[in-house]
Amino acid sequence: MLKSIKQKFRNWAFRRTVETGTVVLNQRRIYILPTRSGFGFALVLVLMLLGDINYDLSLGYVLTFLLAMLAMMSMLHAFRNLAHLQIHAGHIEPVFAGEAARFVFHFDNPGTLARYQIHLRDDAGHRTVCDLPARRSTAMQLDIPATRRGWMDSGRLSLYTEFPLGLFHAWSYLHFDVRALVYPQPAAPLPLPAQSAQNGTGKILAAGDEDFSGLRSYSPGDPLPRIAWKALAREQGLQVKQFSAPQGHELWLDWSHTPHPGLEQKLQVLTRWVLDADAQGLIYGLRLPDSELAPQNNPAHRTECLRRLALFGMPPPSRKRGEGAEPP
Amino acid sequence: MNKPLVYSLILCILLVASPHATHLPPWVSSLCAMLLMWRAYLTYSGRPLPSRWLLFIITLAGVAAIAIGFHTLFGREVGVTLLVLLATLKLLELRGTRDATGLIYLSCFILITDFFYSQSMATALLMFAALLAIVAAWLRVQTPHITFKPQLRIAAILLLQAVPLMLLLFVLFPRVQGPLWGLPQDAYNSSGLSDTMSPGSLSKLSLSEAVAFRVTYRSAVPRRDQMYWRGPVLWQYDGRTWTTGSAPFNFAPHFDATAQPIAYSVTLEPHNKKWLYALDVPSTLPAGARLSDDFQLFGKEAVNARQRYEMISNLVYHANVEESAQQRQRALQLPKRLNPRTLELAASWRAAQNSDASIVQTALRYFNQQNFSYTLEPPLLGSNGVDDFLFQTRQGFCEHYASAFVYLMRAAGIPARVVTGYLGGEFNAVGNYYIVRQSDAHAWAEVWLAGQGWVRVDPTAAIAPERVQKNSSAAVKNNAALPFMARNPPLWLSKLRLNLDALSNQWNQWVLGYNPERQFALLTRMGMKDVSWQKMARDLMLGLSIIIGVFALLMFRHLFARSNDPVQAAWLRLCKKLAKAGLPRAPHEGALDYARRVAAARPKLACQMLDIAGRYLSLRYGEARDAEALRAYRDALRAFKL
Repeated sequence: MLKSIKQKFRNWAFRRTVETGTVVLNQRRIYILPTRSGFGFALVLVLMLLGDINYDLSLGYVLTFLLAMLAMMSMLHAFRNLAHLQIHAGHIEPVFAGEAARFVFHFDNPGTLARYQIHLRDDAGHRTVCDLPARRSTAMQLDIPATRRGWMDSGRLSLYTEFPLGLFHAWSYLHFDVRALVYPQPAAPLPLPAQSAQNGTGKILAAGDEDFSGLRSYSPGDPLPRIAWKALAREQGLQVKQFSAPQGHELWLDWSHTPHPGLEQKLQVLTRWVLDADAQGLIYGLRLPDSELAPQNNPAHRTECLRRLALFGMPPPSRKRGEGAEPP
Repeated sequence: MNKPLVYSLILCILLVASPHATHLPPWVSSLCAMLLMWRAYLTYSGRPLPSRWLLFIITLAGVAAIAIGFHTLFGREVGVTLLVLLATLKLLELRGTRDATGLIYLSCFILITDFFYSQSMATALLMFAALLAIVAAWLRVQTPHITFKPQLRIAAILLLQAVPLMLLLFVLFPRVQGPLWGLPQDAYNSSGLSDTMSPGSLSKLSLSEAVAFRVTYRSAVPRRDQMYWRGPVLWQYDGRTWTTGSAPFNFAPHFDATAQPIAYSVTLEPHNKKWLYALDVPSTLPAGARLSDDFQLFGKEAVNARQRYEMISNLVYHANVEESAQQRQRALQLPKRLNPRTLELAASWRAAQNSDASIVQTALRYFNQQNFSYTLEPPLLGSNGVDDFLFQTRQGFCEHYASAFVYLMRAAGIPARVVTGYLGGEFNAVGNYYIVRQSDAHAWAEVWLAGQGWVRVDPTAAIAPERVQKNSSAAVKNNAALPFMARNPPLWLSKLRLNLDALSNQWNQWVLGYNPERQFALLTRMGMKDVSWQKMARDLMLGLSIIIGVFALLMFRHLFARSNDPVQAAWLRLCKKLAKAGLPRAPHEGALDYARRVAAARPKLACQMLDIAGRYLSLRYGEARDAEALRAYRDALRAFKL
């Protein structure tokens, strides 16, 4: 109850806006409050002051005032530790559900001052910390577990520091227009679908090895087992054996062939099949209820398949500020 | 817990606890030292910390032993002892950031307890050192992986920035007169004169170098033989010890101050007694003080903090000319059946002379002519002490002479009493004031003469006039027993000592003695009208904002990028030069493209130009920048001529 009120107050006090491009932390974006340890220190100072008055300790006054002013200056140092950092969001690799999405932010520290103990935290409490050397751009990576497929927003992040003495908490909110693409979690290993009625089983790529079709001269990169050692012995030069691949037989990974009834489970199975088929070098196509990808085998194809699976049935993303930095 | 943090914390505890080492019970000091060493060893060797059970047992045993040793667990000394022990033990079960922060706070607390025992300048310096260690450790609690140099630098910056702010707070923070609550009995230590005198008590005191008080004369400085600082007046004698006795009534003192008013201020070190010291006789009293019927000055409460008071005394006076019969009777009291030979001598003087004044002169002549000597180490006296002294040993310190003289006077029927206090003092030309030390303690006599009242007679002057004219080191022939500095130290050493004392006097006056009155006086002098806490708070806020504002400006200038890269600056200079020669660099053009274009346009310069561009690129965007490459780059630029 209290927590939700706190959350509501925060949302009201610190407007939720989503940002694009580079954010510069100016003084209007940095908030500062004493920490619990800061309040504890204030209590220590009050006790010390009472002791000074009671025992008439002049040096005690000196010490108490020094510590109090030290604490005061530490507020300025905490503020400065965040001030004028320039931040932009970096590229985010797609991940599978169940893994952690790695949100990368680039912190540019243009001045001659090193920044220490800069923390980045999301509302759920995932955090990361690093120091930012002077005149350097440093990448900071925040891992947030991806639970659901589709686009994943980092949410609003707090960037905070309690440097130098832990007495003050200086913080700023960051909410970048960046999303991580989360693929469905691959299902447990299961065999690839059997040959369908229309199509044969998945066939291996053109460089098949079933029917020997002749020799050609060697070019760099050809695998060693394909070298025709006998031809070399016959002093015909370095030759490579060629095989013809069976054509017209492709593997279709079909929505309707998945064994499970549930939508998410079907997607998980298809994800598993895409991964397995790609790893085995098969030529495969993906057939979903609303779309179809022609059989191929290359990294771009794999990515596109996984992307279709990730976004299947998702409403098109609605962004507040047009099209942001969408990961490729 | 990383190792540097543990070492930093050990250093903190060591620095804040070491001033306590001498006055803690020896076993606590050595236990703490051992625990610290053990902790350092565990950290060094990477062994695990002791189990909580072991620590619990050590803690329990330690606290129990302290409770038994002190017979209590309350009070200042016990509190300090417990704090030091517990802080040291805490170091052995350091488990997280919170523990470390707690230990930092604890060491701040122990640091302030050092001031119960000493608030000298040396202590202040040690405080700064300890504070630097504390801030450095604190920084490391928050920033575990910071390297040593920035750690020390940031700690020093924080501390230095706090200093001017602290000074402003020190001056302007509205001061409250303590104490706020009752202080424990052991809050103060005392040294100095007591209100009794027996053989040996003053000669023992005269071995002490400690400062009793300091005097600044605001008018003419009196002669040395007029600098009699009156302390307790002793009436009652039991054959061995003089005590103040008690007056049957409280008479109002009465004196005609006739001439030579002297204005001066005294800064009295705490001696935990109620009386104050003044020159005979005070005519204006400090606020709250009163004068007893024997002209002794008393404050309201025991002097347990350094106290400064202003007053005026008249050196020429008639005191209690109309003394009451009871008081005169008190001043004739003698112990019964003691010192028969002294009584006999006094009776013979009384028979020969009829005026009291001539008997006084006879007694002084007696001391002067009968081979008496002045020494710090007189032989022991028997039960008839005055007889032994007057007729056998004839060696003594001022208390022997004052005692014997008053005895003689009383035996001859002249009211007399012993006065203790200080005589003289050392002039400090650096600070233009006099230092009166415990070694200046003195005892003299007062006799009451009809028509003149109480008159001061110093029998010591009859034996050792140097004591009155100079100091005890001049008077005592064999002065090996005197403290080193009270003998005749080399000139440079006494000069150094005077300088140090002048400095410490300023320190006492302005730092340690800065109380509500001083604050009021200082602020009035600086032009604040009608000093009030509201005005102080206003000025304080204003001053703090200004200083912090200046700091902020200085601090924030490091945040912005400045193209103060010498490599780039040199390159830009070259581009400018070429632009003047008609080959300007296009805004989009990279260094290498530009160099190629220049090379094409000026084939003679091609080689040099491409070389410079290459060096520029590797220096500015390459991995490391070494001094050798930088020099070569500069040489190449210098050699480049259009």
